[in-house]
Amino acid sequence: MKLEDLAGKLIVVEGADGSGRSTQIARLVDWLETGGHPTVQVGLKRSTLVSKELEQAQKGNILSRTTLSLFYATDFADQLENIILPALKAGFIVLADRYIYTLMARDMVRGVDDAWLKNLYGISVVPDAVFYLSVQPQELVQRNLSKNATLDYWESGMDLGFSRDMFDSFVKYQTAMQGAFKKLQKIYGFTIIDGNRPVGSITKDLRKKIRLVLAEKGTID
Amino acid sequence: MKTFAELNFPGRLIAVEGLDGSGKSTQIYLLKRWLEAEGIKVYFSEWNSSEIVKSATSKGKKRELLTPTTFSLIHATDFADRYERHLLPLLRAGYVVLCDRYVFTAFGRDVVRGCPPEWVRGIYSFAALPDITFFFKTDLDVSLNRILEGRPKLKFFEAGMDLRLSADPYESFRIFQGRILEQYVTMSGEFKFVVMDANQNVEKQQSIVRKLVSEKIDLKKFRRRSPLPLPPAFQPPEVKEHEEDLAAV
Repeated sequence: MKLEDLAGKLIVVEGADGSGRSTQIARLVDWLETGGHPTVQVGLKRSTLVSKELEQAQKGNILSRTTLSLFYATDFADQLENIILPALKAGFIVLADRYIYTLMARDMVRGVDDAWLKNLYGISVVPDAVFYLSVQPQELVQRNLSKNATLDYWESGMDLGFSRDMFDSFVKYQTAMQGAFKKLQKIYGFTIIDGNRPVGSITKDLRKKIRLVLAEKGTID
Repeated sequence: MKTFAELNFPGRLIAVEGLDGSGKSTQIYLLKRWLEAEGIKVYFSEWNSSEIVKSATSKGKKRELLTPTTFSLIHATDFADRYERHLLPLLRAGYVVLCDRYVFTAFGRDVVRGCPPEWVRGIYSFAALPDITFFFKTDLDVSLNRILEGRPKLKFFEAGMDLRLSADPYESFRIFQGRILEQYVTMSGEFKFVVMDANQNVEKQQSIVRKLVSEKIDLKKFRRRSPLPLPPAFQPPEVKEHEEDLAAV
């Protein structure tokens, strides 16, 4: 898929739960829409086709590795073809609250073959910008606990059996995820944003970078 | 890609492929009955039957939400679920697994729908090849007639209506099936299909199938363990009254 033919922009924000992803996206939407840009948001597990089934299957923890991986790919492809591409054609700015990189990183940590993943996600469009909010695992634990008072089973990678202790497992899993993101960053060249800083300065940073992306295609002066 | 035998699995997998109406399901059912009667550990698995994925697939089909890409991926998800949770453990346990349709159904259909062949094959590359694949080859008209005889109401995706081949579902079905048949024929050599003349009568075909299966698979290795010997019949312990009486004295 050639992005040049598409009038819109695809901007991806990646990062673990507690990295400030959703906060930043909400702020960016505000800023963009106030500036007169139409936006659309997509994210994982939000497709009409399989989001409900995927949620259910995940709760029961009954799917095997390849199955779960393909289920997520289906969810992604449904949003790609029914939301992302039409919106880009119509000149919208699409903000993706996580994209194929999180899906790939999760699978890589679980030992799925890199080449298999590369082929699977060969259907995706290359974003105009990818920002990875990098936050220390120790800090992520604190943020998740202060928000929910509990750690999520999957975000702790409990299925991997790193440790029976959830706190331990969370830190080990998030460390492994950061390793996978580093590997992906080398291939796909996305921007790493230091997410340990205050919310406001991260937003400022993101705006500056997005302004450049928009200017490239003359979306803004 | 290697077969299960080449990968040293204790079990064996036999797949049947062919157009709707080629009689493949009847043949694999009869094969199953025979193997069961022979005391073989056998398991039968159908395309598109994973419990978890089913509701998403049927929603997608009913509401015509599927694109070629999502059609392909959702069937791959269904297959992966059956493969990882049923087929693999059973093959590890030395079962003869019978599959009504295998990856070749996806290779044919998805490619006809316009997905790149390498992409589809790449996705299914986690699956090993069957030890025997029977391709039930009919003349296109024969299988079309078998399906269309009763003028059934063809479903949207079944008829390939998403491909906009024709506004008439029957005409669309004909063209769609014709293209799938071409794909099967192309794959025959590459994947060493056993090509069956499915225009012959059912009994004749079944005897060929059974003969070939027993030649290629050493069936006696796949027998269920003979039933455990029955425990000896219950006998009330003999109470030696006299002795007890004596002891009491």
